[in-house]
Amino acid sequence: MTYPDRKLPWGPMARMAGRRTLFAAPVLLVVTFGVFAVAAASPFDPVKAYAGTAGLTASQENLDQLRANLGVDQPLVERWWHWLTSAVTGDLGDSSVMRQPVADVITERLGWSVLLAVTAFLVAILLGTSLGVLAARRQGGWLDRAVSSAAYTLEAAPAFWLGLLAMWFFALRLGVLPAGGLTDTDSDVVTFGQVATHLVLPAAVLGVSQLPWFFLYVRQGVADALEEDPVRGARARGLNERTVLLGHALRSGMLPTLTLVGSRVPELITGALLVETVFSWPGIAAATVQAATSVDFPLLAALTVLATAAVLAGNLLSDLLYGLADPRVGFDG
Amino acid sequence: MAELTRELAAEPAVWRSHGRTRRSTRTLRVRTSAVIVTAVVLAVLVVPPLAHLDQQAVDLSMKLRPPSPAHPFGTDDVGRDLLLRCVYGLRVSLLVGLVAALVATFIGTAVGAAAAAFGGWTDRVVMRIVDTFSSIPHLLLGIFIVAMFRPGVWPVIVSVALTHWLSTARIVRSEVLSLRSRPYIDAAVSGGASRWRVAVRHLLPGVLPQAGLAAVLMVPHAMWHESALSFLGLGLPTHQASLGNLVQSARSSLLAGDWWPTLFPGLLLIIPTLAIAGLAGSWRERINPRRRSELML
Repeated sequence: MTYPDRKLPWGPMARMAGRRTLFAAPVLLVVTFGVFAVAAASPFDPVKAYAGTAGLTASQENLDQLRANLGVDQPLVERWWHWLTSAVTGDLGDSSVMRQPVADVITERLGWSVLLAVTAFLVAILLGTSLGVLAARRQGGWLDRAVSSAAYTLEAAPAFWLGLLAMWFFALRLGVLPAGGLTDTDSDVVTFGQVATHLVLPAAVLGVSQLPWFFLYVRQGVADALEEDPVRGARARGLNERTVLLGHALRSGMLPTLTLVGSRVPELITGALLVETVFSWPGIAAATVQAATSVDFPLLAALTVLATAAVLAGNLLSDLLYGLADPRVGFDG
Repeated sequence: MAELTRELAAEPAVWRSHGRTRRSTRTLRVRTSAVIVTAVVLAVLVVPPLAHLDQQAVDLSMKLRPPSPAHPFGTDDVGRDLLLRCVYGLRVSLLVGLVAALVATFIGTAVGAAAAAFGGWTDRVVMRIVDTFSSIPHLLLGIFIVAMFRPGVWPVIVSVALTHWLSTARIVRSEVLSLRSRPYIDAAVSGGASRWRVAVRHLLPGVLPQAGLAAVLMVPHAMWHESALSFLGLGLPTHQASLGNLVQSARSSLLAGDWWPTLFPGLLLIIPTLAIAGLAGSWRERINPRRRSELML
């Protein structure tokens, strides 16, 4: 590393983060507007959705009144502006499917999703790194071929299908893990032990669905590093194979991969959408699917914008790590 | 396809592993992929019109039978043959994926080529729009579009196409930009060729292999997307059962402990995906030999 005094370049990093945030604002604005434009172009009528079955019998006057109350008689730009200005103050509207304010839905569920995603990512990183190093050590060997084939197969397998099969095997066939939810059905109290056992299957499935990508990059990185001069030098100095592999090859081979972690946020969100739904995990991704199924526009809009913000933050993290790992890149992006 | 297999046949068939060169395993992979893709296409095209079998034939006395010689994939919860259901499901998924991939490739090629050709402000604005679109997770954008336009065949195709043209636009743009600076384009321009002629006769043929590769790789991705949407109940209507619908409708049987209605539709999604990736990988090596070591994803 070229920062011998181990001091991080906080200044340039902060400047980059600030610049990216400035760029992210217009992107988010465009996304929110796009969301409203799509809704305006769709045959979906928020008044009927709000009124539900009562809307079938309500008089036209009542419906018009409701239309005015909801503000849907306003033109598109005005509605968007109204939503935006109240969103800044923390008011994201009310979710019709959850029967509570959108902001509450998000704060209640975000933590569970983050817990699931972080655990899954740790699983993917730990498993992916160890398998990647083992495979790169003997490229073309039986372990490499077996794990690489498995990785390509897993990459092609839909996460929901993996989740269902894992649920069948571990929860129904073996009966060792709970099939879904956050706690057992007979208990209302959320305890640590309950959450931990209920987390195992969804986190493992989400982690395994993210694993192939990670494994293949680590394998490639380490295999390339093994051919390079520092490793040859280390071998020439007579260092043992373990030190060469873990101290030299893994270190230089892993860095480009780690920097890509932030850019995996979209895939992580996609995976979470499916895995949370399969395992009835009370996270934000499962809420997105519920919102979509019942055309709950306020909730869906807020969650889409939130996901976009998460992706942008992930990209920023990725670039910051990249600048740290490879000082030639710097923080000018 | 025919050309590909002919050229493959010309290569010596050595099945032994060569260690690091791995040429023979690569050949084996391409052959297997070609066979599988051919088999899938044939099955999907030929079985429905030829076999006078009704995939909807309900036989309640045969419900939820495990795989057997009579029903290789078993039967579902109303006694329908799952092999036949899966072939029909694959047909629906493949068709939706194919149409979506074609639409997406068309949009992506047009946008990417236009951005590169006009340059300047147009380029910057268009690429900003592409960046903005890419910051929304694809499946989420797809879910949003389908939710707003009610699930159905066309909303699914539109939502998959609208989320998939971005990468093609990027690839085509960079390809056009790199082609534009080649001497033969300068020669054509100074030879008095019109803009249109340069674009159609000289630029387009150079871009087509890359765009075609992107389109082929997009088909499995689009199928995957469609099945995810269908699984979430936001995709195709249940009477047009795709592979995703089959997995979705098998959920209750799975909870009762019957694994086969879930396992086989998923396998039929994975196997063609791997086969298409295998073929596309060899195609990529052919059009761009320098990137041989790149990951096949």
